[in-house]
Amino acid sequence: MRQALARKGIDGVTLLALPAVFFVIALFIYPFLYGLFLSFAPKDGSTLGNYIKFFSDPFLYDTIWKTLLIALPVTIINLAFSVPVALRVRLMVKPKLLTTILVIPITLGTVLVAEGMLNYFGPRGWLNRALLEFGLSDAPLHLIHNYWGVFLSLVITGFPFTFLLTLSYVTGIDPALEQAGAMLGARGWERFRFILVPLLLPGLMITFCLSFVQAFSVFPSAVLLGAPAGITRVISVAAYTAAFEEYDYSMASAIAMIMATVQVGIVAALLGVQSLLYRGPAGGGKG
Amino acid sequence: MSLRDFKALRLDGMSRDFGSLYALKDINLTVERGEFIALLGPSGCGKSTALNCLAGLLPLSSGSIWLDDKRIDTLGPEGRGFGMVFQNYALFPHMTVRKNIGFGLRMQNRPKDEIERRVDEAMRLVRLTNQGDKLPGQLSGGQQQRVAIARAIVVEPPLVLMDEPLSNLDAKLRLEMRAEIRRIHASLGSATIYVTHDQDEALSLADRIVVLRDGVIRQVGTPAELYGRPAHADVAEFMGYRNIIKSHAELGEHLEVTVGGAKLWGTSVDLTASGPALAAIRPEDLSATPDGPISAVVQNAEYRGRDFFGLATTVDGSELYFRSEAAVLAGETVRLAADPQRILVYAA
Repeated sequence: MRQALARKGIDGVTLLALPAVFFVIALFIYPFLYGLFLSFAPKDGSTLGNYIKFFSDPFLYDTIWKTLLIALPVTIINLAFSVPVALRVRLMVKPKLLTTILVIPITLGTVLVAEGMLNYFGPRGWLNRALLEFGLSDAPLHLIHNYWGVFLSLVITGFPFTFLLTLSYVTGIDPALEQAGAMLGARGWERFRFILVPLLLPGLMITFCLSFVQAFSVFPSAVLLGAPAGITRVISVAAYTAAFEEYDYSMASAIAMIMATVQVGIVAALLGVQSLLYRGPAGGGKG
Repeated sequence: MSLRDFKALRLDGMSRDFGSLYALKDINLTVERGEFIALLGPSGCGKSTALNCLAGLLPLSSGSIWLDDKRIDTLGPEGRGFGMVFQNYALFPHMTVRKNIGFGLRMQNRPKDEIERRVDEAMRLVRLTNQGDKLPGQLSGGQQQRVAIARAIVVEPPLVLMDEPLSNLDAKLRLEMRAEIRRIHASLGSATIYVTHDQDEALSLADRIVVLRDGVIRQVGTPAELYGRPAHADVAEFMGYRNIIKSHAELGEHLEVTVGGAKLWGTSVDLTASGPALAAIRPEDLSATPDGPISAVVQNAEYRGRDFFGLATTVDGSELYFRSEAAVLAGETVRLAADPQRILVYAA
């Protein structure tokens, strides 16, 4: 019996995984299933009532596009900035200081960043005062309480995360590969195009997925820095409204499920593409 | 355009420092077309730095590199057109063997059928046909090595640089690949510069060996010169003269050195007057014979098939590595002798 189990990789050590399994079930799987069932038990007594309501009311279903409209550009911009910075940081002898500066926004949290931005980018904030003082602008720039407020805050808080992930993928590439490319006559752009990009792409897609999921679930900055009744009425705001303003937990669960489906859909599509790419060690041989 | 028609590569005072530390100091060397040069030295001697400087992967601190009358140290690695075989091969892991080998030709925008033809040729040359569609990760170490060599030579570079290419292979494969590299070099007609810390490899492959130590050239010579008559005691030590004995030399009608309490005739390399000296003897030249002048007590001995190699302590306490045709046991007293031609004496 013991040998039969051991052959399948189950032994005493496996027991150590039990607490974690318990927590996953108690804190993730159970609430998820509870929410799923709850979403199919709307107030009107039907089964699909919540979903029908969501997809027939533009005020609700528009939140998907509004969220995508923020999350996708933010993720792309963060990734587009991360790659060149990571490629540069990789070559630095002492990257600690730069990495520290870049990572600080993560530790501050979205709310503190939002408060700071309210002061800095607001109509009476430093930025606008300086612009007016130096005559660079006639009227204050509207950078908060609209789309750009949320966009900027997500770039600021999301960039470090995207950057750190990207950096780990970039540093995983053996520098000898680029040297080998150069020896074979590949110029900088060609080395990037033919060697770095193919080796980075799978990792960048994972990074994209994780950054996207983070940006898609935006809530504090959408409320604090955006126009939560208008252009930045993102899907999490809709869920919050349903749960805590209309006390319709069933509807809120349905919205959460739709949110999850959109995220999973996009992530699954990307990972599907990724599985077609080369995914192996990014080293040049036996090390 | 075939750069392969060059006459000589000339290093003119090539130096490289890292801050206050110099890694290479005033390297002067001319490499003729078709030559196989081994850069030999212990780790940290600057041989890899020298190779990277030649490749263009490291800029020089001073000096220049010339290919005939064209100055090339100002060009980047992509502008020099040299082939390089990296120590860890540095094969592109996401490209098939064919794509790896054809990469250099693709960067030159060669027509597709020409790339196909030349890749086939290179694969035949390194004896790697039928593996073209595999990824490097699916190949054995020796096969990866062949791909790396094929990739470096397919562009017909005037100069092929190899950075300890055999150090990751097992002993048998290393001997096989050594012969392969020599064969490929001969069939190419370009010059090869080969970095190694293994004197056997350097002796068996190279036309000329450059011994580096602490960033300076200690000696340049043919394998026979370096094996038989190293110019300095430290080169001798590196070339297998395991016995370097602090001694005293009397320069008279014969050169007489004291080794292990006995006076022996030796051959001067750079000794000009009597005085303190270093005597260098290979273990295989110091053999146990019944009437040898040096008396020593065997510390240990190991069987090497044809004969025994051992370590013995002489009456004055110096330790000598020696060879014996008869079996010797630890604790036994042996008498050792060496041909005066094979005792090299250096001024200390």
